[in-house]
Formats: sequence, C-alpha cells, structure tokens
Amino acid sequence: MVNNALIFGIVTVASIIISLFLDRKKTFQGIKKGFKMFFNIVPPFLNILIVVSILLYLVPQDTIIRYLGPGSGMFGFFIAAIIGSITLIPGPISYPIASTLISKGASYSVVAVFITTLMLVGIVTLPLEIKYFGKKAAIIRNVLNFIAAIIMGILIGRLM
Amino acid sequence: MKKLIKEYIWVIAFILFSIIAYLLGFNPGIKIYSNFWMFFIEMLVFIPFLFILVGLFDVWVPKESIEKHIGKESGIKGMVLVIFLAMLQAGPLYGAFPVAYILFKKGASVRNVFIYLGAFSSMKIPMLGIEIGYLGLEFTILRTLISLPLFILIGFIMEKILGSKFEVKNPKETEKQKI
Repeated sequence: MVNNALIFGIVTVASIIISLFLDRKKTFQGIKKGFKMFFNIVPPFLNILIVVSILLYLVPQDTIIRYLGPGSGMFGFFIAAIIGSITLIPGPISYPIASTLISKGASYSVVAVFITTLMLVGIVTLPLEIKYFGKKAAIIRNVLNFIAAIIMGILIGRLM
Repeated sequence: MKKLIKEYIWVIAFILFSIIAYLLGFNPGIKIYSNFWMFFIEMLVFIPFLFILVGLFDVWVPKESIEKHIGKESGIKGMVLVIFLAMLQAGPLYGAFPVAYILFKKGASVRNVFIYLGAFSSMKIPMLGIEIGYLGLEFTILRTLISLPLFILIGFIMEKILGSKFEVKNPKETEKQKI
C-alpha cells in the first residue's frame, strides 16, 4: 500500500511540475478545484471511516475465519456475501484473511464471493455513492454487483 | 460555524469517545480508534493526490477529446480505454467516484462510467499484484476473466435503466440544490 501511495504521489508531483511548466495559472486553478472537491466530501468520508472502524472491531478477523472456514457450506457462502457487501475492508487486510481461509480449507467459492462483494458492493459507502450518482443509480449498481459477485462465487467454485 | 459543527458532529463525538476511552483504558474504544487511524492514514496518502489529479485533469483535458474517445459513440474502443484507465489506478472504491464524476462531466457515456467503476473495483493492477501474492495466479486470472464480461454487462444494463436523464454530481452541488 505504501508503495502504491509512493507511485501515486510521484505521478501527482510530476503532473503538477509539467502542468506548472505549461501554464501556471491553469495549474493553480486545477489544484484549487481538486482541493475544493476534496474538502466537500471530507465529512461524509470521515463518518464512513468511523462506521467501518467500529464494524471491524465488532467483527474481528478470527470470527470471520471461523464462520467462513471449511465445512461452512451454503451458510458460509451466504455469510461471506453479507459481510463482504456491508463492510469495506481494504485489500491489505482482506487478502490475508482470504489466504488464511484457503489455507484452513475454506472453499474457493466462499473466498471468491467474499473478495468480490468487498470490492464491488459497499453498503457502508452507499451514502457517499448516492451523493455522486443519486439514490436510484447507486442502489441498482450495488444490487447488480451483488448478483455478479454471487455468479462469480458459484463459477469459481465450479472451476477451481 | 454552526454549520461546520453540524457537518462534523460524528467526527467530534468520535474524537471525544476516543479520548475518554484512552483515559479510562477502555480497550474496545482504543481498538476502534486504532482501526480508524489505519483507515485515516490510507485515505490521507491516496485521496488528496487523487483529487489534485482530478482537478488538473479538469483544467487540461478538453471535453471534446473525452466525448470523442469514451463518449456515446465510442463503441468497443471506448470501453477498452476506460478499462485501461481504471486498471492504472489504486485505492478503495470511494476514490473512483470523483474520477467517475469528472469523466462524466467531460462527456463520457453512462455505460462507460459504470464500466469504469467495474474495472476500477476488480482489475486495478496494484490490487491484482496483491491478489496474486495471496491467492495465486490461477485464482486471480479466473476471477478477472469472469468479472470482465459481468461488469461490461452491468454497464449496458445501467445505461438501459438510467437512460439519458441520469447524471453524476459533485456532492456539494447536490446539497445546494436541496436548499
């Protein structure tokens, strides 16, 4: 994650320098616009982080691994889809959980549905998504992606 | 000032809660706070950069070129282009929303906006790297190959359902309209 951030930072700084070189006024205008957009979403953003922090405390990794582990079957699949949809667990945490699950003998289909719902469906971030896309589009997008994640889980279970 | 307090009410409450938890040695509170801090750092290292890039993109990239390349008439080439753009990015899904906004504002089609979100959430190269490391190449390739047609299909469905009235908004503008 730190590496990604570093690359991201370098790209940003390089862009700013090139932009400054081409047109100072435009550059400041762009940065100002960017910051304005950023500060607009800081409050809903921080609220989401608070909710996620509490959720992550209430549902610790051990619990996730216990419920999604080997022999959890349909129930595990279902729970994986629900946990994945509600929360937002960043990659650096969710992938280690997924790999622990596999090494403990959980099925690939449970892991796939967990990973994909985490990536594609976000109930916690829904309020923010609604601010950008409106209620209708945000809800439909999440529902369609939930269905896609279920299909993905089933297919990967069959193929691996 | 009053408005500012109202906007940050949960944040203020959370900070107070964390301080009290720390003073009393209330473990759950301390744990929650450390989770928060981790997410906050993640946000802090990515998001400001992202918004600067979005802002620069806004002033430099002309609407015509976005319209031409990923607009309504862009076809398969447009799809490939947005998927490629999404793959180059990093960070959590909420970071994709402002980019989707700027792409839409510059004339990207509804379909391509949602294909962008799909590709962003499931095909980012930095994330694929982590995924290969933890879950193996076979799983990662399989998952990517299955998700690709699914999120393209979702793009088409979203376009069909939402129609031409749909728009992506900048959050503050939405609030102003309410008032």
